[in-house]
Amino acid sequence: MTGMDILTGAYVHGSSPLHRLPPAAKLGLLALACTGLVLLGSPLALAGAAVVVAGLYAVSRVGVAAAWAQIRPVRWFAVALFAMQWAFVGLEGAVSTTLRVVLAVALAGLVTLTTRTSDMMAALERLLSPARFVGLDPFRLSLLLSLTIRSVPVVAALATRVREAQRARGVERSLRAFAVPLVVSSLRHADALGEALSARGLDD
Amino acid sequence: MKFVGKQGRFPMGDVARVAVFAALIAVLGAPGSLNVFGNAVPITFQTLGVMLAGALLGTWRAALAVAVVLVLVAAGLPLLAGGRGGMAVFAQQSAGFLIGWLPGAAVTGWLVERAGRDPSLVRLIVACSVGGIGVVYLVGMPVQAAITGVGLGPVALLTATFLPGDVIKAVLASVVARGTQRAYPDAVPAVHRERLRAGWGR
Repeated sequence: MTGMDILTGAYVHGSSPLHRLPPAAKLGLLALACTGLVLLGSPLALAGAAVVVAGLYAVSRVGVAAAWAQIRPVRWFAVALFAMQWAFVGLEGAVSTTLRVVLAVALAGLVTLTTRTSDMMAALERLLSPARFVGLDPFRLSLLLSLTIRSVPVVAALATRVREAQRARGVERSLRAFAVPLVVSSLRHADALGEALSARGLDD
Repeated sequence: MKFVGKQGRFPMGDVARVAVFAALIAVLGAPGSLNVFGNAVPITFQTLGVMLAGALLGTWRAALAVAVVLVLVAAGLPLLAGGRGGMAVFAQQSAGFLIGWLPGAAVTGWLVERAGRDPSLVRLIVACSVGGIGVVYLVGMPVQAAITGVGLGPVALLTATFLPGDVIKAVLASVVARGTQRAYPDAVPAVHRERLRAGWGR
């Protein structure tokens, strides 16, 4: 997991209508589409939906490799689900249920592929703004999100350092000897970071 | 959140801790995950991170750290074990087990907060098991049953195959939490709360 992966996510650059749609609209449409998939009962209707999803992928021009990367994680699950449904419910039910799950994953993947992480985060921040009513201020939330992204490489580096120290001590196989120093050094880092932020007047 | 004192309800020290713990949960998923064939819910050390967040941060900070991880995952970052991320993970059969991390971490935190200034290993194991296993399964299983259309019974049987691993993880998380709290007493939620009450950082 390199820094670049973290910052770009799975986004595929492009200028299709799907890329230009606002992220919040895409999230709304995704929710609607997933509800629609649940309501579609017959395999034929779902096959139609599959054609529509394939069409959307074609419009987005993200490429076959990127599309497959989104669906790949569920391939074995789809096979197992199909077999189980076929045994318990019958062929028709097996086809519909499997299609429904794969299509929902494909649609959600399409949102990910056509939306920049920063845009999605901005949209999610707006969606999170009601958090104000339970006493969390949106500025702190957005700071929290960006601090987390910046902390991932820092904690990963701490993990590497602890692992090296572990090797030097000859306790490579102990999870405790790895996790305790990692968690303690992460906490130290967090508290130093907190004091630095506080010292810059961000608590006022 | 009243207990964090006068200086704003979410002081920077807490922002930093939540952020770094969310990052820690992501890093713990990095070495990769082991898939048990037939059930596509991956076994990872990420659940260990979720239990640790509960045991070391307390109720609402732990839930917030998990929420941050889930929000960033939804935004498309590959922070889940095996480099998974994106909205698609919330459409998958294991979505409920991810959502369950939220109340799971909170319940673990709630139990540890009530275990006093020096939580014993047994209290930690109970807290990690109830929150990190019980609550997570309670949310995860019905969602998996609903998504797959398989009854709750078969889903419970499949989930049971993860129970031994999760019990081991709860014990490991407790051992690590205990070691951390001995080395760094401020990682005990009750101690941290007292320190904030005493007006640290003002």
